[in-house]
Amino acid sequence: MHELSLVEGMMDIVRESASQNNIHRITRVKLVIGELTMALPDSLRFAFGVLSQDELFRGAELEIEQLGVICRCEECGNKFKPGDDYVFLCPGCGNGRVVVIQGHELYLDSYEGDEANGPG
Amino acid sequence: MVQVNLQTNILGANELIARKNRVSFKDQGILAINLMSSPGSGKTTILERTIERLGSEMKIAVIEGDLYTDRDAQRIEQKGVQVIQINTEGTCHLDAGMVTSAYEKIDKSDVVLLFIENVGNLVCPAEFDLGEDFRVVVISTTEGNDKIPKYPLIFREARAVLVNKVDLLPYTEFNLQECQEDLKKINPSARVFPLSGRTGEGIEIWCEWLLGEVRAKGRNL
Repeated sequence: MHELSLVEGMMDIVRESASQNNIHRITRVKLVIGELTMALPDSLRFAFGVLSQDELFRGAELEIEQLGVICRCEECGNKFKPGDDYVFLCPGCGNGRVVVIQGHELYLDSYEGDEANGPG
Repeated sequence: MVQVNLQTNILGANELIARKNRVSFKDQGILAINLMSSPGSGKTTILERTIERLGSEMKIAVIEGDLYTDRDAQRIEQKGVQVIQINTEGTCHLDAGMVTSAYEKIDKSDVVLLFIENVGNLVCPAEFDLGEDFRVVVISTTEGNDKIPKYPLIFREARAVLVNKVDLLPYTEFNLQECQEDLKKINPSARVFPLSGRTGEGIEIWCEWLLGEVRAKGRNL
């Protein structure tokens, strides 16, 4: 997966928002990653470590919330987790018409920082 | 200390462009197919056979994606259809922006079917929406029996899976039934088309299905 470019994209979003909110130093960034995106948390952290060397991001912590895959069966409404082997068949009725309702997430949830004119 | 809540999709930029592509294709009445596989599965050969079979019944255009060379585009051009080659020069997948640029160069009049042949790669292309109507993944009998469990995401998202090189079945350990069972667990609604780009076996059934998909998009042929 493209962790480096994902992190760059994330940092661009934070950078722009920080500039609009008068924040001059980022202390924490929170990402939410669904399992189906195949983005690896260790690789994301590594990329963030490499890229967060400027004034704005230096020392910032990267928090990653991982969301597992949850499916819903269109036939019986059962919600289930496919498991490590990614079997997308409903364990209740055996039907294959399932919808992934969690697992595709790849978003920047929030960040924390210090304002330019704030204390400290 | 301030907290700012964003909940912004990180891949948002590509998705916005993909959405625009999707609208462009729909406005033009073009069925766009994202064709994916590992390198060497036979995508280009299958495209050649498909164009030979369907080219007289409908206007087809192709966008070719490779790191380097225009070898695939040259092959497609020999079949008498419009083809635009994208060279990513290192990027391991096509993205929506690349497709927008290539699409702009196509003479779209009367085109009903657009194939976007992605870079040979079973991992990264799955992450990038190009604006296509659906995805078709090609595997071949010479790649072993583990592709589907090993690359679940790309197969989960496929409308159809083409199993190429069935003419080589006697020389491999490939198990077609096992392949279909693996696919059923991950993506029960995907169609499977065993075929051979080299001999032409199975191409007719695949092309009949394509014709159905073009008609389903509202284009009379």
